[in-house]
Amino acid sequence: MELVSDFLQYLPASIVAAGGLTVMMLDGYKARSRTIYTTTMMFLGVALAFATYDLFYAEDQIIFSGMAGAGGTAAFGTFIVVFGTFFTVILTHDYLVGVKHNFPQVYPMIMFCTFGMIVLATATDLVTVFVGLETMSICLYALAGILKDKRLGVESALKYFIMGAFSTGFFLYGISLLYGATGSTSLEVIGAYTDGGLIYWGGVSLLLVAFMFKISAVPFHMWTPDVYTGSPTTITAYMSTAGKTASFVALVLVLDRALPNVSSELTTMFSVIAVMTMVLGNVVAMVQDNVKRMLAYSSIAHVGYLLVGLAAGTVAGYSAVLFYLLAYTFMNVGAFGVVAYYEKNHDVHFNSVESYAGLGYQKPIMGVLLSIFLFSLAGIPISAGFNAKYLVFSAGIEAGLVGLVIVGVLASAASAYYYLRVMVYLYFREGKENVTLMTPKKVYSFSLVFLAVLTLYFGVVPAGVTELIFGFFSEGGIVEALP
Amino acid sequence: MVGLEWYLGVSAMLFVIGVLGVLIRKNAIVVFMCVELMLSAVNISLVAFSSFMGDVHGMILVFFVLCVAAAEACVGLAIVIAIYRNNITADISKINLLRW
Repeated sequence: MELVSDFLQYLPASIVAAGGLTVMMLDGYKARSRTIYTTTMMFLGVALAFATYDLFYAEDQIIFSGMAGAGGTAAFGTFIVVFGTFFTVILTHDYLVGVKHNFPQVYPMIMFCTFGMIVLATATDLVTVFVGLETMSICLYALAGILKDKRLGVESALKYFIMGAFSTGFFLYGISLLYGATGSTSLEVIGAYTDGGLIYWGGVSLLLVAFMFKISAVPFHMWTPDVYTGSPTTITAYMSTAGKTASFVALVLVLDRALPNVSSELTTMFSVIAVMTMVLGNVVAMVQDNVKRMLAYSSIAHVGYLLVGLAAGTVAGYSAVLFYLLAYTFMNVGAFGVVAYYEKNHDVHFNSVESYAGLGYQKPIMGVLLSIFLFSLAGIPISAGFNAKYLVFSAGIEAGLVGLVIVGVLASAASAYYYLRVMVYLYFREGKENVTLMTPKKVYSFSLVFLAVLTLYFGVVPAGVTELIFGFFSEGGIVEALP
Repeated sequence: MVGLEWYLGVSAMLFVIGVLGVLIRKNAIVVFMCVELMLSAVNISLVAFSSFMGDVHGMILVFFVLCVAAAEACVGLAIVIAIYRNNITADISKINLLRW
């Protein structure tokens, strides 16, 4: 009976997995693409409803004999992942129909990938972290190359696959060494280990290197721009929001539960990586002419801001990171959604910033939406992006990382240049040739408007969410770090 | 009896060979084989730790690793085939549409 009650605690993941299998069977029995899409949305909607319920009412607890968690941070991670997936699937359907490559196989793949992300975000044991990470990554390799006659897409899939498999090797070696040093793979047991030693530190560093690969922090970021440019645009949105959220939540859980004793020693390392990531991401984004590639480098820069919260290593820092991930999901899915809309009526190369000239007046709603999302990404006040950055940086200041925060604020100010450049092209340049945009589908524009409303809403009243997130950590092992 | 350090030494050596192979070799299939070598190195160290500590958890993890390696091989080879059909090469130094 314990197993049944555990499944009930783990309902969003179970529903997503069951949905993936159902959709795959539907495809096997040659159901129409429309049916498959509707079924996917139905399952995701139910999962989203349960994830929302868990977010507010589930108690923080450990299930499946210590392999996974429910409630608290786990529920929050699950919510962001399912939320991001829900909107990605809406956008992906329209995008794939628009580029005339509507494979029904995309939907089960996205569902399995989401399941992997939820497992990753709720893991309390390194084995579960590993299984979740790989379920997510293997599906993402396939999704990156889903348009298999487009050379760019397949090339990005190959690069993603090689780098991803390479980092998996490091990850596993880290797990193996930690297991050897501490005698267990459970995060709690590893957290209680204090003896240090070569094997332990080797394991910790390899594990962190692999995580840096997955979240694309700077020395290990090389794959990110290529993969994000080459993949289908809405899949890029999916990778950069849901995928990154799952990896980051897992990283926060590992730092919080498995490495609480050494987190003060990791501050310097995270600070150095954060500075490099912020500077390189922003500087290279400035010289990009391709909007998708610019957003890819901007996502690297955002990882840098998130690492400031991790470098702080306090409750405030970790909660700020979780809020940032939520805000980033709204605005980045939105931004990529509009880019996908501009792209899908044309060819894949319709992404240079020059081709956006004058488009802002043609379909005013899309221009305004893109402006809102980009303002939010740049961190201009009255947007979720501003509050997220504010929380992360104030956590950094509280932890005494003033120099790091100054670099962050300067980098963030510089980032306004390349976001505003897109808007300058949208509104103040004449288009060379006549590009006629199709009227967007109602569902498509409604979901984008909804995301924009959320972006603005959390820019004005973030208080409820931040208190909710803060509560996740207050009973954890780092309570003494509270200011 | 062979000591734990010997097993770990073999495992570390295989892992380094795998890493060097991924970094140096140009053919996508060979790179892929080197990744598999890295995973096998991990399996050796897991089994060694597990048997010396008398704890089965490590051996169970080995089965997960084997499973994941098989799934990865499946997707990875599919991607290599797709890229070979598009570019008529599996040489990763010639696959360079995306740069900077």
